[in-house]
Order: sequence, then structure tokens, then C-alpha cells
Amino acid sequence: MTERQRTLWMFGGLIVVGCIAPFVLYPTFLMKVLCFALFACAFNLLLGFAGLLSFGHAAFFGGSAYITGYLCRDLGLSPELGLLAGAAFGGVLGALFGMLAIRREGIYFAMITLGLAQLVYFVAVQMPFTGGEDGMQGIPRGKLFGLVDMSDNIAMYFFVFAVFMGGFWLIHRTIHSPFGQILKAIRDNEPRATSLGYDVARFKLLAFVISASLAGLAGSMKSLVFQLASLADVHWHTSGQVVLMTLLGGLGTILGPVAGAITIVSLEDLLADKVGSWVTVIMGAIFVICVLLFRRGVVGEIGALFGKKPAAGPAGH
Amino acid sequence: MEIFGIPSPAFFGQLLLGLINGSFYAILSLGLAIIFGLLNIINFAHGAQYMVGAFVAWMALTWLGIGYWWSLILSPLAVGAVAVVIERTMLRHLYKLDHLYGLLLTFGLALVAEGVFKNYFGVSGSSYEVPELLQGGINLGFMYLPIYRAWVVVAAMAVCFSAWYAIERTSLGATLRAATQRPDLVQALGINVPVLLTATYAVGAALAAFAGVLAAPIMQVNPVMGSNLIIVVFAVVVIGGMGSILGSILTGLGLGVVEGLTKVFYPEASAVVIFVVMVLVLLVKPAGLFGKQA
Repeated sequence: MTERQRTLWMFGGLIVVGCIAPFVLYPTFLMKVLCFALFACAFNLLLGFAGLLSFGHAAFFGGSAYITGYLCRDLGLSPELGLLAGAAFGGVLGALFGMLAIRREGIYFAMITLGLAQLVYFVAVQMPFTGGEDGMQGIPRGKLFGLVDMSDNIAMYFFVFAVFMGGFWLIHRTIHSPFGQILKAIRDNEPRATSLGYDVARFKLLAFVISASLAGLAGSMKSLVFQLASLADVHWHTSGQVVLMTLLGGLGTILGPVAGAITIVSLEDLLADKVGSWVTVIMGAIFVICVLLFRRGVVGEIGALFGKKPAAGPAGH
Repeated sequence: MEIFGIPSPAFFGQLLLGLINGSFYAILSLGLAIIFGLLNIINFAHGAQYMVGAFVAWMALTWLGIGYWWSLILSPLAVGAVAVVIERTMLRHLYKLDHLYGLLLTFGLALVAEGVFKNYFGVSGSSYEVPELLQGGINLGFMYLPIYRAWVVVAAMAVCFSAWYAIERTSLGATLRAATQRPDLVQALGINVPVLLTATYAVGAALAAFAGVLAAPIMQVNPVMGSNLIIVVFAVVVIGGMGSILGSILTGLGLGVVEGLTKVFYPEASAVVIFVVMVLVLLVKPAGLFGKQA
């Protein structure tokens, strides 16, 4: 199969599965999966393809959730505009964070993004419109383009699915563009990319902004689906969770984050009422196992099984 | 008496509180610096090790009747022993990989530790008596000084400066510093570098546990005490730059005081002031105040 055929099969498959799924599984669960899958794909664009570990992606996810919530509930904006504003907010915040964070590399980068995200968390605790500890409730799903009533779960699902596919396509395009190739070059050998004449800082920043903006879009969508934006969305546990999803699914693979999001969200839903607070322990254990035993993640390991060259993240070189 | 319009007991009280927090920042960022220096791993489990240190002291007192002074020795030993196991069985396999994996592994361990303690002890937290010898306080005229708080600052500083002395002024320290530069060469000189790595991780974890025992009587002993603190300590590390041991100590203390003073003059900002300082320092000096490389 050529690259082009593979891509067509992948998108075709996703669309078919996505269209059947809400009639087989609970749509709210699927929407949650899609929101987190988009979030994880956005995160993977940064870590898997540019080698930048952001530990502060919850700031974009949660921050945009609040912005969309505020615009749609308090200012009465329609949902599509709310989402756009959320994505724009994620992008702007990402540009600010990115400019500060890309000045340092590796774990410093991770710590800086974590610190900046914590700033956003404290702002969310104190701002009057966020509802503090209670969160922002009663965000209306509204009418799409003023026409489609989205309080219907199936309608909402197809909207979310369309947005997800749009975001997924954008990420796919980014990765397979010359820009994506340069990102991979930077990931694999930054000094060499610099010596080839690329302005490494600019490319990293652009990747950060795209990633943050899509993470914001995912958060905005989540706030519409659940009609709720809360401190949990901006908490650093959410940043850790998205790292786990990506790692578990397969760093630097296009479908990995989707698989990771499906696994983690299903696990959480399954375990939530059975094991209570042991969920954190299980998540932590999965983290440890992933790092120690299968760093390529589910999709990466399957790819390796079929003899494909594994798409390495910022892994063992 | 008033200072900048603030009653002096309140002013000095917050200053002392800032110094105490600063002492914890200093010990923890020092431990992180030691581990990072040799193992190249950002120990995300550092906060959990601090929390476990406090809990070991609490359990020793509540279940076994072992008092504060013994805990000050036993708790770091216990946490250090666990750290030996972690280094031998897990961290060791990651040294050749990108250091992001070390951060992710220790993050996972922190989640496990926090989750386990949450299950057994809940999130509300338990209190720990101030040891008899250090109860009460002294009236200094301009403020009331609780003895235990003064002790925390003194003990923390003593530990920090001993660590600084051991690393910068002894031959063991010289070996350690040499091993951070050229482990292969140090190995060739007949020094067992893998043992050195294990010992370093254990000492770093033990330092965190020691801080945990110190904290037990003044903070609530609860499962999230470490994860709340560690993020601030990361910011401290970014600000200081982790270039030097002394840098970690000074940055930690200084930022504690900055935070304490913010609480006096603009309480709403006290939770974010360290992160704001981080942004400002990054704008001016991306390598941090004491950072060696850009």
C-alpha cells in the first residue's frame, strides 16, 4: 500500500467507526473519548514530533473550557463561535507560554510549562467568573449555526466528531508537511537542524501554538459536552493524564494518542465506581509500566510487530 | 510598632513563615539538584518522598510510640532504603534514554504513593504534636517566636550547609562532582559508579524525608502535601537554575521570604508570586539566577 492509500484507509476507517459508534455505545462516553483524543493528539504533535514535553497542557485545555463557558453562558455566543474563541485563546496563551518555555530545553522546558500552567490554575481559582471551587456550571450547548439544537446527544456527538476529525486532519497535514519534517529533524538532532539554517526557535514556537490551540479546542468542546468547566480541567493532574494517554497509545504515532485516550477514558469509567481512589494508583502504575516496559506504546508496539519501523518519540538515541 | 503600615507581629510572623517555607524549598531543591547532577533525572517523586517522610514519622508515633527525635533519623533511613530499591529496579534502566523518561517514571511513582496514602489515610490530614522539648515560644518584643519554628529554620539550614560542605569541600564530594562530568573516567579510576548513583538517589530521597519530618508538626500531615509543594519547588529550581548547591539554597530561602512578604502586602497574589518571579527571571535570564548553561 502506498502512503496515500494508507492515509485514505485510515480516515475512511475512522469515519465509518465514528458514524456507527454512537448507535452502539453511550454517546456521552464517546464524546468524552473524542475530546480527550483530540487533546492527546494535540499534545503528541508537540512531544512526539517536536520532542517537547509540555507538562502544562491543562492550562490550554482548562483555560479554553472556561473561556468558551463564559462566552456561551454569560455572553450568549453560539457554540461554534465559542469553540473558535476557545481555540484562539489556547493559541494566544500558547504563544505566550511558548515564548518563555522554548528558551530552555528538556526537563527545564517541562518544569517551566508546569509552572506557567500553575499560574493559570491560581487565576482560575480566584477569577470571579470561573466559580472557584464549584466550577462553571450550566454552560448551554446552544444551537449550532442557530439551527441545530444540540441538547440532543446524537446531534452533539456528530458535531464533536466532525470537530475531532477536523483537528485530526489538521495534525495529520502538519506532520506530513515540510514543516512537520523540520520538526522531526529538530526532535532528532537540534544542532544539525540549526546548522542547516532553520530557525529552530520559530519552528518550535509554531508547533507549540498549534498544539496549544488544538488543546484549547478540545477543552472548549469538553465544556460544551458536559456543560461544565471546573478546576480539575486546569489542574496539573490533567496535564499528567494527557501525557499518560499519549505515552500509553504510542508517542509519535498518529493513531497512538487516540488509542491511549480510548483506553484511559474507558478504564476511568469502568473503575470509577469499583475502586474509588485506587484509580490514581492504577494510573501511576500504568505510567511506570509504560516507561519501563513498552515505551513505544500500544500502537507503536503493534507497528513494530508488523515490522514497520517504529516512529520513535524523544526516545533512546 | 508598625512596619510599612503593618503591625510588626504580623509582619515578622509572615517573614518567619516565609523563612520556614523557604527552608523547605531549599532542602527540596537541593535534593533535586543533587539527584539531577549525577543521575540526570528530575525526581518528580521528590514531593512524594517528602510526604512519605512525614507519614513515617506520624505512623511511628501513633502506632509504635516512637518519638520525633528518632523519627528524624529513622524516617530518612526508611525512605532512603525504598529509594535504593527504586533506583536498582527502575531508574537504572533509564539512564541511557532521554531524561524525559526519568521524569515520567518518577511522576508515575508519585501518583502511586499519593494514591496509596489517600486510600489509607484520606485527604483530610492528621496532626503531629510538637515535641516536648521544642514547645512554647519566646516573646521577642516585636513578635512572638514559637521555638519549633525557629528550630525548623536552624535544622534545615544546618542540613543544607552540611550538604553543601560535603559536596564542595570533601574528597567524596569531589568524586561525586567528577562523576557528574565523566562517569567513565571515574569508573576507570576504580570507583564503583553504579553504587555512587544508588547512594546519591538514596541520599536525595532521605533529604526529602527529613524535610517531611521537620514539616510534620507545623503542616497537616496529608497525602497531597508533597505534590502541592513540589510544583513550587520546580519553579524555584527554574528560577535558581540548579547550577550550584549554594544557588539552590539561596534561591529557596529567598523565594520563601518573597512569598511571605507578599502574604503581608498583597495576600491574593501569594500563591502565584513565585510563578510570576519565574516568568520575570525567564524573560531576563533564561538560564536562571545561578544557572551555568543557557
